[in-house]
Amino acid sequence: MADMKTPLAKVRGLGSAKDGTHHWLVHRITAIANIPLILFVVVSFVGNAGKGHAEWVAWLKQPIVSVLMILFIANMVHHMRLGLQVLIEDYVHDHGLKFASMIALTFASVLIAVLSIFSILRIAFGG
Amino acid sequence: MSKGNRPLSPHLQVYRWGAHMAVSILHRATGSALAVGAVLLTWWLVALATGHEYFATVQGYADSLIGRLVLFGITFALMQHLASGVRHLFMDMGRLYDLKVNTLSAQMTFVFSILATIGVWYAGYKVMGVL
Repeated sequence: MADMKTPLAKVRGLGSAKDGTHHWLVHRITAIANIPLILFVVVSFVGNAGKGHAEWVAWLKQPIVSVLMILFIANMVHHMRLGLQVLIEDYVHDHGLKFASMIALTFASVLIAVLSIFSILRIAFGG
Repeated sequence: MSKGNRPLSPHLQVYRWGAHMAVSILHRATGSALAVGAVLLTWWLVALATGHEYFATVQGYADSLIGRLVLFGITFALMQHLASGVRHLFMDMGRLYDLKVNTLSAQMTFVFSILATIGVWYAGYKVMGVL
């Protein structure tokens, strides 16, 4: 019998992209990496509480601090994107809206990461 | 097939609330709250890179009553997400599935997050010389 399905329907019938395990695993790996990084961030923010602009800049300018903050931002944003993706998959049922939400989430995540890392680098290499 | 009087699968409302259930749902809620925190952190970093004038403006928002309430909430969300995240890592390794231990570990995440939140803010105010 001739195949009556359109190519699009055929592709949709294949189901998921089969990369769920990778998503799950990377979510856990970024979770583990987040533990020491967030402890560093919390201790730093508490330790510098109430300081002014010049002191915060001096703190962030230290090479080890710049590197740790960039690592934190990159890892945390990756973890955030993976987590919010699951929320969209679970709660947004309309096909078009789900697609749009996913794209918006990805764009927003990249924007957050680039804005933060650019700011850190600007301070680290600034005069 | 008739849709009449067929049994439905039980949904959330039929279960009695317990610590394990609260922790599970709070993990998602706190994760979402932390996404707001990520945006605020980005704003703060951009302000720091922009200059002392704009930084003072943003610090002013953070120092306001609403700002501090938001930051306090984000601190709690962070500590709760951290604790229940670690609990999830143990569950991923097949631990903590015994009902009593499961409930106890769920309760422990609340103990940790409440104490850690208070501890962080106490230490912060101590550093600022307010306390």
